[in-house]
Amino acid sequence: MRFERLEQFLDALMSSSISPTLLIASLMVASTPIMLAAIGELVVERAGVLNLGVEGMMITGAVCGFIVGVTTNSPAIGFLGAAAGGAILSMLFAVLTQLLLSNQVATGLALTLFGLGLSALMGQSWIGIKSPTLQRIDLGPLTDLPFVGRVIFGHDPMVYVALGIVAGVWAFFRFTRAGLIVRAVGENHDAAHALGYNVVLIRFLAIGFGGACAGLGGAYLSLVRVPQWTEGMTAGAGWIALAIVVFASWKPWRLLLGAWLFGGVTVLQLNLQAAGVAIPVEYLSMSPYIATIVVLVIMSAGRAPGSLGRTFHAST
Amino acid sequence: MTAALLDLKGLTKAYPGVVANENVSLAIAPGEIHALLGENGAGKSTLVKTIYGLVKPDSGAMTLSGKPYTPAEPRAARAMGVAMVFQHFSLFDALDVAENIALGMENPPPLRDLARRIREVSETYGLPLDPTRIVGDLSAGERQRVEIIRCLLQDPKLLIMDEPTSVLTPQEVAILFETLRKLKAEGTSILYISHKLEEIRTLCDTATILRLGKNVGTCDPRETSAREMAEMMVGGTLHVPEKADAMGGRVRLSLRGLKAPSPRAFGTALKDISLEVKRGEVLGIGGVAGNGQDELLLALSGEMRVGKSMIRLDDEEIGHLGPDGRRARGLLCAPEERMGHAAAPDMSLTENALLSAHARKNLMSRGFLKWGKARAFAEEIISAFDVRTPGPGNAARSLSGGNLQKFVIGREILQDPEVFVVNQPTWGVDASAAAAIRQAILDLATKGAAVIVISQDLDELMEVSDRFAALNEGRLSEPVPAKGLTVDRIGLMLGGAHDMHVAEEVRA
Repeated sequence: MRFERLEQFLDALMSSSISPTLLIASLMVASTPIMLAAIGELVVERAGVLNLGVEGMMITGAVCGFIVGVTTNSPAIGFLGAAAGGAILSMLFAVLTQLLLSNQVATGLALTLFGLGLSALMGQSWIGIKSPTLQRIDLGPLTDLPFVGRVIFGHDPMVYVALGIVAGVWAFFRFTRAGLIVRAVGENHDAAHALGYNVVLIRFLAIGFGGACAGLGGAYLSLVRVPQWTEGMTAGAGWIALAIVVFASWKPWRLLLGAWLFGGVTVLQLNLQAAGVAIPVEYLSMSPYIATIVVLVIMSAGRAPGSLGRTFHAST
Repeated sequence: MTAALLDLKGLTKAYPGVVANENVSLAIAPGEIHALLGENGAGKSTLVKTIYGLVKPDSGAMTLSGKPYTPAEPRAARAMGVAMVFQHFSLFDALDVAENIALGMENPPPLRDLARRIREVSETYGLPLDPTRIVGDLSAGERQRVEIIRCLLQDPKLLIMDEPTSVLTPQEVAILFETLRKLKAEGTSILYISHKLEEIRTLCDTATILRLGKNVGTCDPRETSAREMAEMMVGGTLHVPEKADAMGGRVRLSLRGLKAPSPRAFGTALKDISLEVKRGEVLGIGGVAGNGQDELLLALSGEMRVGKSMIRLDDEEIGHLGPDGRRARGLLCAPEERMGHAAAPDMSLTENALLSAHARKNLMSRGFLKWGKARAFAEEIISAFDVRTPGPGNAARSLSGGNLQKFVIGREILQDPEVFVVNQPTWGVDASAAAAIRQAILDLATKGAAVIVISQDLDELMEVSDRFAALNEGRLSEPVPAKGLTVDRIGLMLGGAHDMHVAEEVRA
């Protein structure tokens, strides 16, 4: 019985019903939302703040992006709206945790619940509408290349924007003084304060960036992946983004790997489902989450920013 | 007298409920090492934070080189040539030395040039340091060099040093003093905060003494005795603990080949420690922090169980017993950390007294608490050890560090221990309270208890100990009589300075 299933599974993998080119190409698309959300959260956590509201900011971004995109009939403006929506929601978190010194974990969880409810309310009259969507970029001869063209050069602009943000964040932390200061604030906020850096302001900016990125990730679902608005459509992607940040040891390049791995297994299991493999759907659906966490746990050896999740107050 | 580099006039800063600085004036001349002395809470840190731009004074004026000086933030202070070496919390463990230094500079050069300049400065001043190392891996002395070099790279006119020697071995202190004298010779002024009076007497030109936020006097430390300065600090005569000669009694506590891994991450394992403490004797154990002091206390208190035969109390093997079993047999311990280890911060003093004394003082019967007796015991501690608090119902958290320390030490001593082990008995405690605590420890020994005092304060150990041993990387040296020990000898016992050889090469 077991072996039959395994054979079937391998058959499906080998058979022409799943083409590696398409698989990798769709992996790039499937990983984009969590990549965006995770890179934003990575910056937030590097600044020493634990924002567990990623899911809430993503879904708010999804509905804001959808509404703006449909209203203006422009997906690009939709994405801007999504970034703004996510950033505004994150400012709520920033005010509560940085100015009113509330507990970051509780506030983040509340932010997720609040975002889920708010997005459902905002999206009530937008269900069932199809949104304008981003066109794939056509680079002519490059896109026509076999395999490479489809895998690397044939995506919509947001895929490249997401990769650009990851590379940008890496370079920001690696090469710039501002990046060093953000890391310093996350590592030891008392020391950063003693040296005269404005801890609260820097954290506000990081939280806002994280919110905007989560919003973009959400909008990628509602404007490109689906592209429709459904309640709760992020389906836990925000939580996976959070897990990826931790297991990637707060390093952008490992975060990229984690996102691709998650995207890859997601696409693979969808294809296997479509190929009718006799593994219960529930197992296939949980496989991306398990695979990502297992691999990242095995790889993880990093150290959390020293001040992560701790409340900062200048008087002490 | 030449014109002052920094002149403070009538600085006042009040916080809700307390005046931290009241009308403080002082002047620091160019090229002078000026000591700032005072007990805990005398307002030293508020004053230097004001100079460094971290605190805005309510009133008063500062002038730097004859010009008005009102730094809005540390950046402005640094830009005007004021640099500060903090006692703690200003380094970033996960970053490397060069990055840490860059963070403290206004316009740092690219990292590669910075690394070169760090090497230059470290060679010039005899402070060996590798710019690429991660700060989290450095020793306390090396971390301090990072801070000093961070300041020196900006050519400060005034360098503020907040208790710089509290974490150093005597040899490292010597290196530091040499660096400071070199800076002074180059015309840099230094504001040196410390409560180690002998250090101030060897290093400083002038000393200003603060008490309760006020400037109570200025003196020349080279011509004033340590005792006179201490009395200016506390505002009264200081009672110096008196020591009776130890009687050669029988051995109460002995450790034989005590080995134990550390229960904490980055802790130090105990390696084959053997010692004996006799009746009426005080054994002093010195060492730089993190060399196994905490682990040794945990092993002795029973919080960390060890092999049964490794610890003997009188003729009984007790290594396997937990804290309550040991307390019942008369082995009592007072750990270093007051808040959270020696005392539960949010519980009242009565509850805290009950937690450790229930067995020996009979504060519990058949699982029920005897509140009346517990309160009476707490009150006894409060009056016997002069703990300043409104009453035993107050939370431990509400007491100042020194008062809580008196309470936790008193709580153990009043239980009449047979063997008493204490770690850092006067850490962060002001001079008069420290003297009282030391006297209580000595009295306990005179009454016939065997006492182990673990401390990083060598002066304290010399004052109370009959014999002295050093803890270095989890190993204990052979105990030697404390009388007549020289600082050099102790330094070598403590493992010398880290990187001493490099320092000597650089100087050569």
